[in-house]
Amino acid sequence: MAVATTPIRVLIGKVGLDGHDRGVKLVARALRDAGVEIIYTGLHQTPEQIVATAIQEDVQAIGLSIHSGAHNSLLPRVLELLKERGAEDVTLFGGGIIPDDDVPRLKAAGVQMLFQPATPMQDIVTFVKGLQVER
Amino acid sequence: MSEAAADRASKRENVVTMAKQVMAGDVRTVARVITWLENQVPVGSAVLKLLRSPVQRAMVIGITGYPGSGKSTLIDQLITAYRRLGNTVGVLAVDISSPLTGGAVLGDRIRMQHHADDPGVYIRSMGTRGQQGGLARATRDALQVLEAAAYDVILIETIGVGQNEIDIVAVAHTVVALTTPGLGDDIQAMKAGLVEVADILVVNQGDRDGADSALRHLREWHTPVLRTVAVKGEGVPELIAAIAERQRVHDLVQVSR
Repeated sequence: MAVATTPIRVLIGKVGLDGHDRGVKLVARALRDAGVEIIYTGLHQTPEQIVATAIQEDVQAIGLSIHSGAHNSLLPRVLELLKERGAEDVTLFGGGIIPDDDVPRLKAAGVQMLFQPATPMQDIVTFVKGLQVER
Repeated sequence: MSEAAADRASKRENVVTMAKQVMAGDVRTVARVITWLENQVPVGSAVLKLLRSPVQRAMVIGITGYPGSGKSTLIDQLITAYRRLGNTVGVLAVDISSPLTGGAVLGDRIRMQHHADDPGVYIRSMGTRGQQGGLARATRDALQVLEAAAYDVILIETIGVGQNEIDIVAVAHTVVALTTPGLGDDIQAMKAGLVEVADILVVNQGDRDGADSALRHLREWHTPVLRTVAVKGEGVPELIAAIAERQRVHDLVQVSR
């Protein structure tokens, strides 16, 4: 059986005051089944905790689930902290209830991808598997 | 200098710089070197060879035990206690990789996340990546990196173990094994394996029914056996004291060698 010896490492978690973790757990599970090493932080993380964790864990990407409506402040804050700490090479993507109108602005700010409701799981898996693996 | 020689020289310089940054405690470098060691990238072992640990060596504590017995929660409490004593703390938290896909959900640090942005704490989750024995393929190497980065206390969490995953014994100075009430009778306490090799046995979730009899059975055969309720921090000061005593004996043996 061919098992990749150098899996991609991805932080998956939830930021802010938002307890809806059904979707993010499904995403974590699907990525695990696709051979990804998920560092799962659980609920209620601050952007500071997310970025410190990403650096300690040396992940290639951060995927954040947000259903609270606070994506316009939380996602840019994560990008800002990554930059401050010299970790801009970490890809940020997000998912959850994110209105169409907000997507272009967030992408322009540097969020690599946003997965809105009804996104097929395979799209997320394909995106993550396509990330730069070289470390 | 030829181009190839110049390339070799610059790589060599890079390796030296990385080793220095690890020994200066730079978190990004520590993290990246551990990644290289996990991925078996040659430059990782080149850096590893240059690392030297401080004369005052880290205390290395292994936390092992059955799945769901409370290892991560207990480590969260130990981090708090050691930080209060003024120590910096490194954690290597090992979880199982899928033997089918190589993927993993590494979730130990969920219980420790309020330490995430404390600069005196470094937490690294590791997938076993096919390694048997309870640790990850690169746990020993990662331990060397954290020792060189001069963390005072290093906590290693094994995967949830059965009875035979005892590699931690060869790696940690003190092995703490967790069990919980209701996992078996007096004969279980006599069996070989995990409970036999642990330096300190802990009955965690010690406020549950059956804790008294679990303690009684284990104490017939082992010492010390402590009771903790990790979610509330009960029993943690006693555990810290027991670990310190075990470490003192370990250090004496080292010095007399």
